[in-house]
Amino acid sequence: MTKIDELKQELEKHFQAQAQNQNFKFSNSVGDDVIEVPKEELIAVLIHLKSVHRFDFLMDICGVDFPNREKRFEVVYHLFSSKDSSRLRLKTQVAEGEAVETATSIWKGADWFEREAYDMFGIRFDKHPNLRKILTHHQFVGHPLRKDYEADHQQHCTETLPIFFNNEGSSRGDVLNENLVPLNIGPSHPAMHGTLRVMVELDGETVVRANCEIGYLHRCFEKMAETHPYNQVIPYTDRLNYCSAPMNNVGYCKAVERLLGVEIPAKAQAMRVILCELSRIIDHIIAVGTGGVDLGALTAFFHLFSYREKVYTLFEKLCGARLTVSMTRVGGMAQDAPEGWFDDVMAFCKEMSAGVDEISRLMIDNKIFIKRTQGISPVSAADAINWGYTGPLLRASGVNLDLRKATPYYGYDGLNFDVPIGTNGDIFDRYLVRIEEMRQSIRIIEQVCKNVPGGDFTLRDKSLVLPEKKDVYGNIEGLMNHFMLVIKGLRPPVGEVYDATEAANGELGFYLVSDGSANPYRLKVRPPCFAIYQSFPTVVKGSMLADAIATVASMNVIAGELDR
Amino acid sequence: MSQKSVEDLSRSFAFTSKLDSLVAWGRKNALWPLPYGTACCGIELMSVMGPRYDLARFGAEVVRFSPRQADLLLVAGTITEKMAPVLVRIYEQMLEPKYVLSMGACASSGGFYRAYHVLQGCDKVIPVDVYVPGCPPAPEAVLDGIMLLQRMIATNQPRPWRDHWKNPYTGKSLDLPASSLDQPRIVDGK
Ligand code: SF4
Repeated sequence: MTKIDELKQELEKHFQAQAQNQNFKFSNSVGDDVIEVPKEELIAVLIHLKSVHRFDFLMDICGVDFPNREKRFEVVYHLFSSKDSSRLRLKTQVAEGEAVETATSIWKGADWFEREAYDMFGIRFDKHPNLRKILTHHQFVGHPLRKDYEADHQQHCTETLPIFFNNEGSSRGDVLNENLVPLNIGPSHPAMHGTLRVMVELDGETVVRANCEIGYLHRCFEKMAETHPYNQVIPYTDRLNYCSAPMNNVGYCKAVERLLGVEIPAKAQAMRVILCELSRIIDHIIAVGTGGVDLGALTAFFHLFSYREKVYTLFEKLCGARLTVSMTRVGGMAQDAPEGWFDDVMAFCKEMSAGVDEISRLMIDNKIFIKRTQGISPVSAADAINWGYTGPLLRASGVNLDLRKATPYYGYDGLNFDVPIGTNGDIFDRYLVRIEEMRQSIRIIEQVCKNVPGGDFTLRDKSLVLPEKKDVYGNIEGLMNHFMLVIKGLRPPVGEVYDATEAANGELGFYLVSDGSANPYRLKVRPPCFAIYQSFPTVVKGSMLADAIATVASMNVIAGELDR
Repeated sequence: MSQKSVEDLSRSFAFTSKLDSLVAWGRKNALWPLPYGTACCGIELMSVMGPRYDLARFGAEVVRFSPRQADLLLVAGTITEKMAPVLVRIYEQMLEPKYVLSMGACASSGGFYRAYHVLQGCDKVIPVDVYVPGCPPAPEAVLDGIMLLQRMIATNQPRPWRDHWKNPYTGKSLDLPASSLDQPRIVDGK
């Protein structure tokens, strides 16, 4: 019996009183289990699934707009089980002006996801304590991801909002406590990495209330994806997490390929793995290095960036670009690796393993660093899951979950590597985990580089991949093929898919809805740090202001993917 | 020499010109940048400041995050509608003389984000002296942009776009000394 049948029986038994399940629809889309439920039953089903089937993670909530349907919006809940790594999608339909009940009482992590759906589509969530805009500015009118909103219709913002906090229980967020000192940090503050804004109320040095405001880098990624053909979305994905751009390329292409039902050649897989792991190393370098800067250690930054430059040189050799590489295409890679590139990578690995030891001596074994980070704002495993943490932060809290092991892709199951786990989930553990992950990444790269599979670097399917330039200019068939593909675009079948990869700071998921046209109908990114950062006000409550700064740094918040 | 004759001398053609170029030389070689990095270009800007490219070689040594201590605003990265008022405030808070370098396609024109929440170029709200193209620009290009700005400073190049700038939200112009607007500039004593 398949998993969905089990679920079906189970739910039928449990909900038999309610209309004999006439309203529940079970289906399977490209390997994912999907249940459609009426919105009245939604919360009951979610609670049931969480308790009985142990879908312990709420990965994402998003909306989809179908203007021609009677009930215009679809609210989609993405669930994940850490027990057997299975996924489940729960969908419900809402008409304009109707409301769904909030899931914040079940998962704390639902908070921001629901606010985002409200901001983007105008879907209301009943009983949500802080249902207000999150990504667009406060003077923005309308809901930009609706299909009837023009992609380039700008609305100017003329002022910034004063300090405010979340509504909690009895206290309203916009009423400040006059016995405390309100303080605004950022945006454009060195500790806030450019575009984050944190507002706190201080009692001496102690944070009594904190709140963060995001959206200062909302570049409308999802709207841009809807208005561009599939392959042209790839450069936009680069700019989501610009510290490890290739991982986003890979994540997106993998989702599209899964919807298309194609598997890329072994060589392309190997190259993607190498690119991903190199990116993981440089991403962790930034996290550790700038984390040090936020604690006053500038030397580490200068030192670590010289390693980052070396990886950039490798990227440059591979494709000519440093930061935003756009190296993957749907169906494989954009081009083959140049002669000797894999040897260069090997040489870098050797250098880097010495480098990692040096970094750990410089940072992690540093007495001041330990004092400043050990035991500071720890997050327990249960809390981490409740908030939707993934990646190094979740593992630092002691949960053994790594998608490279749990749901292996691109041959990760054939490679030898360990997943480092922390115990307390404090800031120190997070850095320990990152440093160890760098070591493991080096191990992975070395294994892959030692026997790179031969063969082609991309599929040669005429309906997916552009022909080689020599064919385009050399024979009529190639020219026609090129012409057709450019004009028509590659068109995945109607359907939807959610695909996740283990990016440097957690689960990077792409939920893709296709209506059979050349552009994605809807592309929702599940950025890892979005779920993580929403816990910030709770995590830093009661700690010192300087520790709050260290906490932001340890969360590795990347504004590009946070704000999309 | 009497006080009066010194004053006379200081007003004389030759002396002002030398003082001007002396000051310009000093300004050009002691730029204190405020990195306004918001996105990917901000990361590349870090490389410009970091080892290998090392901006310090060009007399742009001390990175300051306080607008009161900086005279070069490096706008690196996408400026969104939500961010624009913040950018204007930072620009206004900087002390004279101040310069702006716009790094990358986004800061200069909105880049490939023809989108509802992205400001189509930071020159919509603040005056820009140098634009560096690229997405992101290579560090070499940024260094080139800074050297270009240094040449502009050294030659006291007039900057009408800045002198006539008004705050887009309040309509107020910068408090410039009247002289800097109307009088002809003396460039390199010529
Ligand atoms: S110009 Fe390109 S690299 Fe720079 S911020 Fe814009 S998208 Fe990012």
